[in-house]
Amino acid sequence: MPRRLPKVDVVIVGVGWGGGIIASELTKQGMTVVGLERGKERKTEDYFMVHDELRYALRYELMQDLSKETITFRSNTRIRALPMRSYGSFLLGTGLGGAGVHWNGQTFRFLPYDFEIRSKTIERYGEKKIPEGMTIQDWGITYDQLEPYYDRFEKLCGISGEENPLAGKRSSPYPTPPMKQTPAMKMFAEAAKKLKLHPYMMPSANLSQQYTNPDGVSRAACQYCGYCERFGCEYGAKADPVVTVIPVAKKTGKFEIRTHSHVRRILHTGNKATGVLYTDVTTGEEFEQPADIVVLTSYVFNNARLLLLSKLGRPYDPATGRGVIGKNYAYQVIRGGATGFFEDKEFNLYAGAGSLGMTLDDYNGDNFDHSDLKFLHGASISLSQTGQRPIANNPVPSGTPNWGKEYKAASLKYFNRALGVGAQGASMPFRHHFLDLDPTYRDVFGDPLMRITFDFEEQDRQLAAFTADKCGQILKEMGATHIDVRRELGPYDITPYQSTHNTGGVIMGASPDTSAVNNYLQMWDVENLFVVGASAFPHNSGYNPTDTVGALAYRAAEGIAKYAKGNGGLLV
Amino acid sequence: MAQTNEGQEQAVSRRKFLKNSGLVLGGLVVGGVAGSLLRTQAPPPPAAAPAPADFNQALMYFSPEQFRVVDAATERIFPEDENGPGARTLGAAYFIDHQLAGDWGFNARDYMQGPFYPGEATQGYQGRLRRREIFDIGIQEMNNYSTTKYGKRFYELEADQQDAVLKAFEADEVKLTTISASGFFKMLRASTMEGVYADPLYGGNKNMDGWRLKNYPGNQMAYTQVIEQDQFVKMEPKSLRDHQHG
Ligand SMILES: Cc1cc2nc3c(=O)[nH]c(=O)nc-3n(C[C@H](O)[C@H](O)[C@H](O)COP(=O)(O)OP(=O)(O)OC[C@H]3O[C@@H](n4cnc5c(N)ncnc54)[C@H](O)[C@@H]3O)c2cc1C
Ligand code: SF4
Repeated sequence: MPRRLPKVDVVIVGVGWGGGIIASELTKQGMTVVGLERGKERKTEDYFMVHDELRYALRYELMQDLSKETITFRSNTRIRALPMRSYGSFLLGTGLGGAGVHWNGQTFRFLPYDFEIRSKTIERYGEKKIPEGMTIQDWGITYDQLEPYYDRFEKLCGISGEENPLAGKRSSPYPTPPMKQTPAMKMFAEAAKKLKLHPYMMPSANLSQQYTNPDGVSRAACQYCGYCERFGCEYGAKADPVVTVIPVAKKTGKFEIRTHSHVRRILHTGNKATGVLYTDVTTGEEFEQPADIVVLTSYVFNNARLLLLSKLGRPYDPATGRGVIGKNYAYQVIRGGATGFFEDKEFNLYAGAGSLGMTLDDYNGDNFDHSDLKFLHGASISLSQTGQRPIANNPVPSGTPNWGKEYKAASLKYFNRALGVGAQGASMPFRHHFLDLDPTYRDVFGDPLMRITFDFEEQDRQLAAFTADKCGQILKEMGATHIDVRRELGPYDITPYQSTHNTGGVIMGASPDTSAVNNYLQMWDVENLFVVGASAFPHNSGYNPTDTVGALAYRAAEGIAKYAKGNGGLLV
Repeated sequence: MAQTNEGQEQAVSRRKFLKNSGLVLGGLVVGGVAGSLLRTQAPPPPAAAPAPADFNQALMYFSPEQFRVVDAATERIFPEDENGPGARTLGAAYFIDHQLAGDWGFNARDYMQGPFYPGEATQGYQGRLRRREIFDIGIQEMNNYSTTKYGKRFYELEADQQDAVLKAFEADEVKLTTISASGFFKMLRASTMEGVYADPLYGGNKNMDGWRLKNYPGNQMAYTQVIEQDQFVKMEPKSLRDHQHG
């Protein structure tokens, strides 16, 4: 029998950005919160030896141990799903701060179009424009409604940036000025302007200057150290939950964090959650943590998985399109880009920061006419300088052998002479892309793994070819002497890294028929259960997700506080 | 034009930086900028002495025979040329040996539970063998193939014959039942590149000469002075050892 602990106001499952924001907001209002995190404690001192490409970037020091838990994947329901045995396509966070510790910090708002994608697409192009099987839907919230919460997340982090001429309106400017510009970024901006495009500095959670946020947390400026994505920041310059929201919550005396605490079930009676069941992985002991309100902030996969394992909500059935848990899993179209080689220029590419770059949105969302195109939405196009490390970066012009003398010579020559222009393409949901429990493979506790059924569609192939060409045009204008354009998307392959921008599975919306949570991320079917994260996105936009995750977390925190003070019931 | 920045390469030393930076929340230290990080005393300057033996260059996993095969193969993948040393001089085979002896060789952090089914290429590796077992088999098969084809073991072949053997593995022309020849080659190639460029603490990239080949400065604290510069800034690399003891 699990040991039953004293009841608290709120229990949070997973302490990353989502969990950290909820904890800080609720404890500031006097609620008692317990945060259960399966991984270990993290602090800035951990990163003294962090400039180690092999350990952190290639051996995944900070990521979830796949020997204990992974996901399974198949491209369609006709084939058997098999486990992701080693890392590839995306990297799962673990430990205090979650993936927020080793993200890049590229902090974009989604476009107004995103939140009303279905209505706006029909309005401009007619319903026929939406292909059979594509399950785009409005989010049940508009950009204008979400704007104040974006503003709060950006002020929490101190985002460094400048106005994007093609984005939604901002209520206030970015809290800190943009990052420094490198020669390559200037070349990109000049070329883009010549092509009548609208480049702007990538909004960055690596600080351009020292910053004190509204909670009173001061952080130092970024040092452009080049070890950002997949690494923790030894300066505390990169906004992450461990140096922002978590200490704020702890300072209230109302937040208790229990690391090494793996949550296995959400407990419930009738349609109310009563707490969670978890295992202390250091002793194997099981505990029951009762709470008035349960908040899932355990990333997309475990948010959906814990609901299915606990038999909460209506599981999605791709055959009928009914049910909601597991619905609208989406990802990103990242491979349509181009690399340019510059014979007579050398760049200081070893220097960089996670969100140092220049971006344009001329081909993102519905910022351009899709009448004659065979896809919806689009991509942000960027040149980023994140710090090129030597093992993973050996660009050579196409046609060069993959090893041997010629390869060596070319890889040395071009190490500091190749620039990538990349597209971060949106991912539209389809009826047959979903998450459910795997019938065969289990985690270390014997619980079924999450199963992903997903593949790229014609929509994605068209989008990738389109954006790859645009990236190539920009590189040409930049004066590249040789350009390799990656137009072919191919099938979705779980082995090469693409992005950790998985979305959906517990999506938000205006109606319980088509969504799992309302626009406070409160579950329609279980009013004291809130599910926070990119799991709530009905589709994925052409940007990184975390600004929107953070904004929705602030919105959810407001809803939870309202719910706790009120007489219960649905908030919407 | 390359420019060196010796003498001014560290605009901000970590020590100074941590002292000046205010990771502070209302008097509470956030993120723990602990005193333990700060070196209090500079270490004594190294005395001029003959280069000490490299105690790192001894085998943890491979047999000497296996080592010869891997050493020869890494050198073909990343050969010595007019640009500088190849994988052999850089110690890539020692790197691979040391890696196979630990977590990576055992696939300790990979999901290795059954059942095992062959899958689509897009589903990734689905075998039950661990990396060290794949290397055992792959090395043996490289010698078998070399002996059948040329009557000599892999490391006794001429360079172009070695290349031909590696190409046969890369293209799956060698038919193996237990492992995928191309999968093995891919792993060999990738770990060779790791051995050339990983921090020297792992046994390869000797003297940071792998980094010097492409002007990679290794582990530096800050590039605030470099980031905007138009000229290429060439600097003497630093390793994690320098960072800990330097
Ligand atoms: C390499 C990398 C680079 C990235 N770069 C960017 C970027 O530049 N911009 C951007 O917007 N986004 C980026 N992202 C994505 C970003 O990191 C995530 O969107 C964000 O961190 C998600 O926050 P979260 O709180 O929802 O989930 P997570 O940060 O994943 O936190 C979930 C937490 O829950 C815990 N947990 C899970 N299951 C359980 C359980 N059963 N019991 C207890 N605890 C559990 C996990 O251990 C984890 O700590 C990047 C991600 C990666 C991996
Ligand atoms: S690039 Fe900047 S924010 Fe990123 S880890 Fe280095 S110092 Fe920190």
